[in-house]
Amino acid sequence: MKTLTRFTVAIAAVALLGVSEARAALKVVATTQDLGSIARDIGGDKIQVDALAQGYQDPHFVEPKPSFILKLHAANLLIVVGRELEIGWLPPLITQSRNAKIQPGSDAYLDASLTAKILEIPTGQITRAMGDVHPLGNPHYWLSPSNGRRIAQAIQQKLSQLDPANAAYFAQRFADFDRRLTEGEKQWKSTMAPYKGTKIVSYHRSWPNFADEFGLDVVGYVEPKPGIPPTPSHTLDLINEMKRQNIKIILVEPYFDLKTPNSIARETGAKVLVMPPSVGGVPEIKDYVQLFDYDVKLLVSAFRQTGSNPTARLGPPSEFTGSSARSRRRSVSPISLNSLWILDSRELQSQVGRPWN
Amino acid sequence: MSYVRRALWLARHVMVVVVLSVLAGPIAASAQPAAAPAQEVRDEIDRLRNEFTALRQQYDARMNALEARLAAIEGRPAPEAAPAAQQPPAAPGVPSPAAGQPTRVEVPAGATGVGGPEGALPVYGNVSALSKIFNPDVAVIGNFLGAAGRNKVNPMPALELNEAEASLQAIVDPYARADFFLSVGPGGIDIEEGFITFTSLPGGLLTKVGKMRGQFGRVNTMHSHVLPWADRPLVTENLVGGEEGISDAGISVSKLILNPWMFLEATGEVYRGNSTIFTSHERSDLTYLARLRGYRDVSESSNIDLGTSFVSGKNDKGSGLTTRLIGLDATFRYRPLRRAIYRRLLARTELVWSRGELPDAAPTSFGMYAGADYQFARRWFAGARYDSSERAFAPTLNDKGGSALLTFWPSEFSQVRGQYRRTRYAEGTTANEFLFQFLFSIGAHGAHTF
Repeated sequence: MKTLTRFTVAIAAVALLGVSEARAALKVVATTQDLGSIARDIGGDKIQVDALAQGYQDPHFVEPKPSFILKLHAANLLIVVGRELEIGWLPPLITQSRNAKIQPGSDAYLDASLTAKILEIPTGQITRAMGDVHPLGNPHYWLSPSNGRRIAQAIQQKLSQLDPANAAYFAQRFADFDRRLTEGEKQWKSTMAPYKGTKIVSYHRSWPNFADEFGLDVVGYVEPKPGIPPTPSHTLDLINEMKRQNIKIILVEPYFDLKTPNSIARETGAKVLVMPPSVGGVPEIKDYVQLFDYDVKLLVSAFRQTGSNPTARLGPPSEFTGSSARSRRRSVSPISLNSLWILDSRELQSQVGRPWN
Repeated sequence: MSYVRRALWLARHVMVVVVLSVLAGPIAASAQPAAAPAQEVRDEIDRLRNEFTALRQQYDARMNALEARLAAIEGRPAPEAAPAAQQPPAAPGVPSPAAGQPTRVEVPAGATGVGGPEGALPVYGNVSALSKIFNPDVAVIGNFLGAAGRNKVNPMPALELNEAEASLQAIVDPYARADFFLSVGPGGIDIEEGFITFTSLPGGLLTKVGKMRGQFGRVNTMHSHVLPWADRPLVTENLVGGEEGISDAGISVSKLILNPWMFLEATGEVYRGNSTIFTSHERSDLTYLARLRGYRDVSESSNIDLGTSFVSGKNDKGSGLTTRLIGLDATFRYRPLRRAIYRRLLARTELVWSRGELPDAAPTSFGMYAGADYQFARRWFAGARYDSSERAFAPTLNDKGGSALLTFWPSEFSQVRGQYRRTRYAEGTTANEFLFQFLFSIGAHGAHTF
């Protein structure tokens, strides 16, 4: 009987603790650290944020651990990446959360993709012969600052709806985030401007929004199809293509094996760049703005080291051949790039031989 | 409606003229003072040209959006130039819908995103096609089994499509979701599971109603295609009802017991009382099941999962005679987050005690298995399992066995597995077998619980 009383007291204490915490701050669960970081930027000390998937983890393959059920059970708001990124692990967690508020379609379930710019939405018939395709478009959309702003705005609106008393606070935090992001964006874009149009290869289709935003041209993938591990024949094709187009950068997400990328790099003289696609991908990246700081710095230093250049802009898009013309173009100075749009090929050849800086 | 289009065309041209004349003014003015340096004038012209281009783009975008909307209203495809309307191409050979039927559906407010489907979505066919939107997720999983070697006690066919499992899963309404699993095998079609889950009940109760696999231990809850083996362990065959297991019509209620130390879940279930090991002689012969599960993260990459289960129901040895099962299960998982798609280890054991009442005795049989599954490459798994189980009602008969497995995943949607199995039956015969399994999945199969 004594144990029973003690047990009851313990449960009551836990329940009381739960109640007092709920009053202190809105509990927000984000499926990734990127969404968590933006939520923290907007919510400040009025919310308490938990992220499920870590930044160095493949967000497609997360274990639906029961410890996540506890987080979802207590959540006042769930923010998901959507576009079926979490299809393999989140639905059973939500079902088991026993939390009516965060069920899909409810008020406290926020799909961050609904206001974002989504790329690679397949049209026509899609089948699994195409690999692990996302029928609703590429879910790695957070990798563009303009989408970050859209996500932030959606979160601001949702938080204001759930906690109207602090709406002004959230609006203020959003304005502040927007300002920092805009400043950063200006800087990132100017840093990347000389390399606009540079051709790169990536492991998975994680970077279309990033490439779109900063003018990179992703011409190939180490994976033959999304979610399908590299095959020898595809790797050989990729090596040949990279040699032909003189591609010097292979982007690899931190959760993929480096064996194939390294062997491609050995064959082509390219550089393997382990580039975190998420906040927390490396310990230095603590928030959303730092993610771009880090990635842009990493890319630019790799471009400088490898002498990657944006010759791609000068030719017809991607699958073109004619290697002699390209090898001559290879040494065009990046400074002259902006004016090159209006030059014709004769003028172009007159610039051959300028040193690369 | 064509006059509206004409008006739009007219508006576009009037706008261009207006913009041009507005721009022309300052250009003319700045050109007059001959003393002004030519460079300044050129800069000014460039600036104005840029402004004009920007204006024209804005204007064009608006016009295109308007045209797209107009087209949506008229039920015609938007003109090619409209970049805002990202519509999938209409399927060829679609019969033209009857007059008066809408051919396009407006995307519900809130569903659109920049770059997402906007404006109108095409409807293939007629009005009834609308219902497709609410179709459940449908998937079919084929489980093809083959066996080689000799087994006189429990022979399996050499080649067999052991099961085709069709799943239909969807959200019912704001309060519930439903899952149906129909199993089609050589013995016919059977509802493997079919239940509704109420997700929004007060008090944090998760309630399932329907036909379900009982939450007794781990193997009993699993469908064949998620097992780490091609077969089921001997303890399942001997004491927990084999492939079908404890699967019955009933109600399941579970609740989280919140505490600061671990995930703790208590489940109570009541069933009609008819399954492989239980027999209901009258309406009140229900089967009762209880389970307590504790889970704790050891680190971010490893965790421990413990459970204890109890089930009691009437058996087929005579009226009023009861079979009671007690189970313990323990699982250790290791999966480094940075290499989650290449490495993982799962070690699991289950112990089961079965006390079956006979008219003149109540013997207790014990069975267990222990196994581990290790992923050593992105698509490769190796595993091993040890089996030992006494037979139900006959604890003197003890079967023992062991298996070694190799599994290959061509993709997430198919799997090839080979299993060497050696079983020493209580009768004294030994079976050496090689089992192989092909699993293949089409459609959208919902994610499984952990």
